[in-house]
Amino acid sequence: MGWSEEVFAVLDTHQVDTIATVPDAGLTGVLSLCEQSKSKQVVTLTTEEEGVGLMLGLWLGKKRGALLMQSSGVGNCINALSVVASTRIPCAMLITMRGQWGEFNPWQVPMGHATQPVMEQMGVYCYSVEDAGQIAETFDAACGLAFNGGFAAAVLIHQRALGTKVF
Amino acid sequence: MDQHVKFPVDEEGRLRRRPLVADLMSKRGDALVVTGLGSATYDVAAAGDSDNNFYFWGGMGLTAMTGLGLAIAQPERRVVVLTGDGDMMMGIGSLATIAAAAPSNLAILVLDNERFGETGEQIGLSAGRTDMAQMAKGAGFETAVTLAGEDEMAGLAELLFETPGPVFCVAKVAPGNDERVLPSTDGAHLVRRFRDAL
Repeated sequence: MGWSEEVFAVLDTHQVDTIATVPDAGLTGVLSLCEQSKSKQVVTLTTEEEGVGLMLGLWLGKKRGALLMQSSGVGNCINALSVVASTRIPCAMLITMRGQWGEFNPWQVPMGHATQPVMEQMGVYCYSVEDAGQIAETFDAACGLAFNGGFAAAVLIHQRALGTKVF
Repeated sequence: MDQHVKFPVDEEGRLRRRPLVADLMSKRGDALVVTGLGSATYDVAAAGDSDNNFYFWGGMGLTAMTGLGLAIAQPERRVVVLTGDGDMMMGIGSLATIAAAAPSNLAILVLDNERFGETGEQIGLSAGRTDMAQMAKGAGFETAVTLAGEDEMAGLAELLFETPGPVFCVAKVAPGNDERVLPSTDGAHLVRRFRDAL
C-alpha cells in the first residue's frame, strides 16, 4: 500500500467526510481515492483560504473536514488561519511542499521557505515528513491533535518524500 | 400590509438594512444563520440573538464558504448567509466553489450598501460597474438576483428560506451605520453554543 492509500485510511479512521483542496501533483493519489469513494465529498476551491472557511462551517455542523494543498497555498491562508485561532476549531491539513530540495522553479522557493514559519506564527502545529513511509502515521497523529484537542495541525510532506518537480 | 412601515427607506429611497434584516429574521423558522463581519453581524444580533446564529468578527471573505461547509454538514437544515458587499467581494471566487458543490439548502444574502461601512464609509466596488449577481450567474448559480426598493424586497424571504439553493441575492441598502449591537466576540463560545444547539 502506498502512502496515498494509507492517508485515505487515516481520513476514514478520523471520520473525515469532506476534503477541501486546490490540487497538487503529489496529492493526486489521495484525491483520486477520495473522489472515487462514496463516503467522501471533494470540494475544489478557487483559493486555499476558502478551505479554512469550509472547515469552520463543517465543524459548526458537526462534521469533519481536512484541507489538502500545496505549500504555496499556505500563503493564501494566513488571515483565514486567524479564524481558526479565534474559534479554536480543529483544522487538519496535509501539505505537499514546493521550493525545497532540488526545486527547479525559483518562484516556488520564497513561499516554500516561509511555509512552516508562517504557519507556526499563526498557531498551527507543523510536522515535517521526509520519509514517505511516515506520512500516514504522522497525519494520523496530526488529525488526533486536531479533532481531539481542537488544534490546527499540519503535515508538511517534504520534497524528499515526493520527488522534485523537474520539468 | 404597510410596506412603508415594514421597509423604511432613507431620503434617497434606499432601504434601511436593519428593519429589513429584522423582518427576514422573524421569518427564519429553524434556519441556521452565518453572518459576515461588521454590519451584517450587528444587524442579525439586533434582530435577536440565537444559538442558531454564528457571527464572524474577522476572516473577511470567508463567510459564504462557512455557509457552504455548514450546508454540507447539515443537509436537512436551511443555511442562510447574511453578509456585506466587501466581505462577498473579497471571497467572490467562492461563488464558483459553491456553485460547483450546489447545496440545495444554502442561500446567500449580500446587504449591499456599496461602502466599506466598518472603516469609514469608503466607496466599494459594487457602487460602480461590478454586478455581483451577474458574477454569481457566471459562477454557475441558477438563482441570482439583485433587489432594490421596497416592492422587490417582498419576495426576499421566500428566496432566502424556501427557494431551492444555491440562491444568491443582493439587496441594495442605504449606507450609514446603525447602532452597533454587539454579540459575543468569543469565537470558541460561539462555535460551542452553535454545535450544542443542533
